[in-house]
Amino acid sequence: MKESSAKARYNSVPDKVFDITNIVFMLCIVIVTLYPFINMFALSFNDANDSIRGGLYFWPRVWTWDNYNYIFNEASIYHATFISALRTILGTVVSVFCTAMLAYTVSRQEYVLRKFVTIVAIFTMYFSGGLIPGYLLIKELHMINSFWVYIIPGIISVFNLIVIRSFIEGLPDGIMESAKIDGAGDFITFMRIVLPLTVPALATVSLFVAVSQWNSWFDVFLYNSSHINLSTLQYELMKILQTSNTAASSTNVGDQFAAGQSGVTAVTPTSIRATMTIIASLPIIMVYPFLQKYFVKGMTVGGVKG
Amino acid sequence: MEKLQDVMPVVKSPAASSSRLQLFFKKLMQQKVLLLMSIPFVLWLFLFKYVPLWGWTISFQKFRPAKDLFDQEWVGWKNFHFLFSDDSFYRVLRNTIVMSSINLVLGFVTAIVLAIMLNELRNIMFKRVVQTISYLPHFISWVVAANIISSALAPEGVINILMTKLHLIDQPILWLGKGNYFWGILGASEVWKNVGWNTIIYLAAITTIDPSQYEAAEIDGANRFQRILHITLPGMKSVIVILLIMNLGNILESGFEPQYLLGNGMTVDYSENLDIFVLKYGMNMGNYSLATAAGMFKTVVSFIFLLSANSIAKRLGQSRLF
Repeated sequence: MKESSAKARYNSVPDKVFDITNIVFMLCIVIVTLYPFINMFALSFNDANDSIRGGLYFWPRVWTWDNYNYIFNEASIYHATFISALRTILGTVVSVFCTAMLAYTVSRQEYVLRKFVTIVAIFTMYFSGGLIPGYLLIKELHMINSFWVYIIPGIISVFNLIVIRSFIEGLPDGIMESAKIDGAGDFITFMRIVLPLTVPALATVSLFVAVSQWNSWFDVFLYNSSHINLSTLQYELMKILQTSNTAASSTNVGDQFAAGQSGVTAVTPTSIRATMTIIASLPIIMVYPFLQKYFVKGMTVGGVKG
Repeated sequence: MEKLQDVMPVVKSPAASSSRLQLFFKKLMQQKVLLLMSIPFVLWLFLFKYVPLWGWTISFQKFRPAKDLFDQEWVGWKNFHFLFSDDSFYRVLRNTIVMSSINLVLGFVTAIVLAIMLNELRNIMFKRVVQTISYLPHFISWVVAANIISSALAPEGVINILMTKLHLIDQPILWLGKGNYFWGILGASEVWKNVGWNTIIYLAAITTIDPSQYEAAEIDGANRFQRILHITLPGMKSVIVILLIMNLGNILESGFEPQYLLGNGMTVDYSENLDIFVLKYGMNMGNYSLATAAGMFKTVVSFIFLLSANSIAKRLGQSRLF
């Protein structure tokens, strides 16, 4: 009975104390990680005027959809959510497809430019022109105040290139050989054979790209801040944060101001902030647990080989 | 590089090399599809990654945006002289190094401890749930995280309520309004956001440890702490050393978003780092040349650090980083 002997081994008093301490420690970590989101959730579903009273922790006191209704009736935020979603979907598809294609070419041992392309790509990981030259380039290319500045400068990610390349190199050679014997060219082999087999790596990379697209606000701030139609959810949330930082000492005045402004619907900066925080993190909360086994693997491959 | 190797032998024997060149082009023509699949992206890399490198020349100019790119006045090292005689540059450099050192030490210690503790959990389901939850803050944006942190640290926020109830403080503290709290808050925020994510690589290292080592230790009467100390930690050693060296190379990368989003006028003496300095001089004040000089300084020094880190790793017998 191996199991019972293992149990007996772990049943000494110090072991039990250790286990219980460890479980309590883990529960603390879980609470510290989740509490802020639960609190924001409670605030976002609670009546805004009731929230001013304070004392709201885990669950809404006076349930309401008003905060969400208010936000989605605000044309600018509604539009910003749309732009965020569009750049996430389009940016991820374009970047992952292009990076995978380049990764396939540099994984082909017979390709004569293989080393050249690899070195050209890897060099850029260590040297970047930096903020100002990058900004001037975008300006010269007339991409300021355009949606494409979210997509085109991110077409290739060299880190992702390495992750996908290592994965393709780990595929059995025979598969691609037999495709070639059947007369398939490189592009067909890539589309029909390599892409479907690379799904685990593509899932990891897609998650990274999608998360960074959804989360980015700095490019909006830098290139499109004067163009409200190109604003994103994160940038709108960032503007709220900046306002509340400068008005940190006079929160209540701000609350009353917003309440007076919006009249009947009565929302406050605090409840708007909580609601937007939930909207901005909800897609991520819903997606990442399902991709966990992929990104854990992708991280360790990228970490070791990168 | 391929091309270079083909061109080099020209000096020695023209006949052989011309046939090699012919072979190269013949092969290249056979690989037209691969060429078409990669060249557009090589051009993209040149445009978006190499052209900005050429933009470093601005730091040797008195750059005026209104003028043509080729019509700028060259001023030599003047911008660098100005930079190194500017007191605020040294303050910014101090902030950068201090904040990334705090992040480095706190990040390492917390992730290693959490990985070991996770590994000691006996209920696999519970372990999985804790792991999944601990990854969450890594994926949310710094904007969301900064919102969470600033509302938790607000005068009426949860931290002040908790500390008042525990009688640790008499009245609420304006945490984000005092410069000397900033580094601590930033370090704690980084830990909150990334500690779960950082355990991934250590947990992967722990799984490579041979289970028979633990069994042998048990038979020898080693207790839990002794097993952690003499088997788990040594098993993680090579990963720890490699990550430590790699991160020492990144000592000038202290991050940008958390400092920018959590910092304010009251804490600027502590929160402003190199990246914010570049943004402030470049975008707000329009001094492109000085900002580029500061950015170039950062990239070049980082690369020197990284090269040294790499050679240290080699000397220590660890596999190279790149």
